[in-house]
Amino acid sequence: MVVALSDYLVVSALLFGVGIYGLVTKRNAMRLVFAVEILVNAANINFIAFNRFLWPTALGQTAVLFSIALAAAEAAVILAIVVVAYRVHDDVDVSELKNLKG
Amino acid sequence: MVDATDAAFIALTVVTIGGAISALEAKEIIYGAVGLAASFFGVASLFFLLDSPFVAAFQITVYVGAVAVLVLFTVMLVREGKWFGDSMGPAASFAALVTVVALVFSLVTSFFAAGLSTTSEQASAPSFVDIGQLLTGQYSPVLEILALVLAASVLGALTLAKVEPPSEADALVKAQTGDEREGA
Repeated sequence: MVVALSDYLVVSALLFGVGIYGLVTKRNAMRLVFAVEILVNAANINFIAFNRFLWPTALGQTAVLFSIALAAAEAAVILAIVVVAYRVHDDVDVSELKNLKG
Repeated sequence: MVDATDAAFIALTVVTIGGAISALEAKEIIYGAVGLAASFFGVASLFFLLDSPFVAAFQITVYVGAVAVLVLFTVMLVREGKWFGDSMGPAASFAALVTVVALVFSLVTSFFAAGLSTTSEQASAPSFVDIGQLLTGQYSPVLEILALVLAASVLGALTLAKVEPPSEADALVKAQTGDEREGA
């Protein structure tokens, strides 16, 4: 048995499924952050796997480097928002944060 | 016959998926944060298996090193009792589970139908030198913009999380509750 491209894609799809499930069912803001990060990681695995198997240039790896850096910036902002939401509302349940609701 | 690479791949798959599931389903969210770090580490090791050591090192530095620590600190800043009962009801969870299983199943069948299971690795993997040339050559503007974005996001996070003087915050809360009372 040799690890093929589809094996990595299956891992990525499973990770994506876990992330989507968390994004849909969780109401705790921290769990939503976890789910988003899991989704980004699933996408990155896809990038690197396709890059390695089908089109081995450095561009795929460079794109993933950019993606990781952006995801880290995004995580910093989201976690700051979570802390502020907790300070203002004393809660991190996103269904309780209704101030922006029209 | 299962050789070392296959065994490593299977073990890393278990760590990655198991870590992700425990991140979302662990009772204590602090264990969830640790599971998330394990999942990030599994992904980084998968990058190693895919002959991308530079990306793997970057992933470990940024995700396992920075994001996981940031998440741990945030979890510790927010009081513990707030973490329970954080899911939708069982019916909504079951519906989401069925939808996600259908999604993953269709994705996996399409991978195999597209013949990707017979694709084998290319002979040569790109090297550090290629990545460095791209980052400093053609994509150097992107690198600069990314640095600005990172700086802006860190500044924004600091500004958001800054503790305001208590009197001002009290006045804000008082004004808000007053408005609500008037509205009602």
